[in-house]
Amino acid sequence: MATETESKLPGFTNQSEEELGGRWGMVIDQDLCTGCQACVAACSMENNVPIVGEDDAGYGRGMHWIRIERLWESMEFPEVKMTDFQPLLCQQCHNAPCEPVCPVFASVHSASEDLNLQVYNRCIGTRYCANNCPYQVRAFNWFDYNDERVYPELTTLHNQMNPDVTVRRRGVMEKCTFCIQRIHKAEDKAKSEGREIEDGEFTTACAQACPATAITFGRLDDPESAVIQIVAANPSRAGHLLEELRTQPRITYLAGGV
Amino acid sequence: MTTVAQPLAQPHGEEHEDPREQLMFDPLPRGEMNRLAMESMYATSWKFWLVTGILVIVILYCLVYQWYILIMEGQGMAGVTRPDYWGVFLVNTVFWIGISHAGTFISAILRVMKVESRRPFTRAAELMTTFGLIQAGFSIFMHLGRVWLIYWMMPIPNVRRLWPDFHSPLMWDLLAITTYVLCSTMYLFLPLIPDLAMARDRTEGGWRKIFYRTLALGFRGTEGEWKNLTTAMNIFAFAIIPVMFSVHTIVSWDFAMATRPGWNSTVFGPYFVIGALHSGMAAVAIVLFIIRYTMKHMEYFIRKEHFNTIAMLMWIVSMAWAYFYFNDYLAPWYGGDKWDKLFQEYQEVGPKAYLWYTMLICNIAVPWLTLWNSKWRQTPWLLAIIGILINVGMYLERYIIIPVGVTINRMPFTWRQYEPRIEIPMTISTFALFLLLYMIASRLIPLIPVWEVQEGQENHTLRKVGKAHIPAISELE
Repeated sequence: MATETESKLPGFTNQSEEELGGRWGMVIDQDLCTGCQACVAACSMENNVPIVGEDDAGYGRGMHWIRIERLWESMEFPEVKMTDFQPLLCQQCHNAPCEPVCPVFASVHSASEDLNLQVYNRCIGTRYCANNCPYQVRAFNWFDYNDERVYPELTTLHNQMNPDVTVRRRGVMEKCTFCIQRIHKAEDKAKSEGREIEDGEFTTACAQACPATAITFGRLDDPESAVIQIVAANPSRAGHLLEELRTQPRITYLAGGV
Repeated sequence: MTTVAQPLAQPHGEEHEDPREQLMFDPLPRGEMNRLAMESMYATSWKFWLVTGILVIVILYCLVYQWYILIMEGQGMAGVTRPDYWGVFLVNTVFWIGISHAGTFISAILRVMKVESRRPFTRAAELMTTFGLIQAGFSIFMHLGRVWLIYWMMPIPNVRRLWPDFHSPLMWDLLAITTYVLCSTMYLFLPLIPDLAMARDRTEGGWRKIFYRTLALGFRGTEGEWKNLTTAMNIFAFAIIPVMFSVHTIVSWDFAMATRPGWNSTVFGPYFVIGALHSGMAAVAIVLFIIRYTMKHMEYFIRKEHFNTIAMLMWIVSMAWAYFYFNDYLAPWYGGDKWDKLFQEYQEVGPKAYLWYTMLICNIAVPWLTLWNSKWRQTPWLLAIIGILINVGMYLERYIIIPVGVTINRMPFTWRQYEPRIEIPMTISTFALFLLLYMIASRLIPLIPVWEVQEGQENHTLRKVGKAHIPAISELE
């Protein structure tokens, strides 16, 4: 069957070359996820994600870069059936809808890492990228949440901030970076030792914190990497979110095995 | 069998109408008409200053103070949140750009088509274009998270060595709106020159004399000057029509280019243009009503025939809008995409369904049920009410597309209702600023293009054939 669906035209295949490639990727096993939110907490600590407070969080302004989606299948409330927990973070699309709509190149694609970058200093806050993101994973700084002149109770909390990550001010968009500070640190280390980065040498904060090992991070351009191996071992459970949009996400979800 | 002499076929319905009820067949001497236009500009009662004072207070509180808070505190003062990243500020932008389309449509298209009844109210409509675009610009600035960096969207050399991204529909928007502002301001100014020269010659002195002398650019009314002016106006009239169509098409692409259910539609371009004309025509009717009943001598210039013209345009545009709205509705309805279907269901039976039904009533039912009647078409107060209702409907249409529309996305976990907060006073402020600018302009420049009315009256004559007066129109060009 696979050969028949391929195009008869010479030189054309159903999958573009980019779709097969990629540099950094992630596998999330929804059958393992317990919904404990450890990844949410770890990500917020690692990336200086601000705490928005009760009122704003209640109004939907929580700024977590990763969230656990809890959904149920039946809409009639008492007879609900919970589906798997779905950790949702930036899918690092190769063909990202957020990138071309930014007028000031604040949302750009990194050619070397094949990641979506958000350049905070360039952002002027049109919020077009967040509107255009089909996964709704971008977070906007509605206020100066990280400014202790505005929120005096933050003064001591500032001591736990990660010095490797920028603190964002009001009016800019932000999103998951795949912990690019860790990627760069590992790359620098590997370069100084004159070698390639090994798979599993480092991982993102969410994957590191996950007690159920539902999240695995690694290299997509290495056929021996854990990410590739896990997907290859579970081909029937693997899939991308909103595949019909052809955003070519770098995160593969495993679900439906239990 | 007796033969009774029957009159030959009478022109339909004209036997009861006196042609002199029309402005073009009711000429006044040139000096007299100039005096009327000048007096309407000078006659200012205490009511004018009262309204001006109220508007200034509203602007100081709702625009200056609230915007200060919005900038200093952050965009969170507005009601926008995930997934409603775009809210009422962009509704206002689209609404005011829509209003601004009426001016160009009336003065450029009707001028090119040589519709004679346009003559007395072209300038009133052109002023709406310029002042409406100012409100649209303000609304975009209010929307930005870091408005103080707006110049980063300009393609100017900078120390970051960074060019703006011309892939972004927002950049197309910036270019289109800037072009439109420049063109429409030029197009407002060109037909104004002879009237400014008239005002200069009839002003004794003081700052007004300096103001008119500067702006009239030394226009004396020689043959060559008229020729140049007519050529320039013809070029602009033809050139601005595609600009007008492109502007709202490009505004619609902000939505149509996005990967959102309900927005990603190829018919959005013409649909938005017609929507703009729908609200614009209605706004012209309101403005004509206000001008006629608040300014001196306007009963002479703005007559029932002009309301009739506007009303017929409103009716036709309403039908065209209904066609395009159905067209926009049909594709998702028939196409069967899951998210598009959900989006439509949400409009019709969701918590904001009352907005959808109000929109349909205001935009379709109200004009269709009233404007077929020529008596009602010539009733100014009725037209003003219909105009307000149509504008309410068109505002709701944009509200349904933007904040109600973005509620439905492909991630049901994030669905959330949007509630405007600081947007409400700031929306009021754009209306107040529009009115204030209009009122100031009505004191400074002749709101009636006197020379155009005079030119029209020279072309129109009543020929006496037997006992009947037959209207005759000559073409002088």
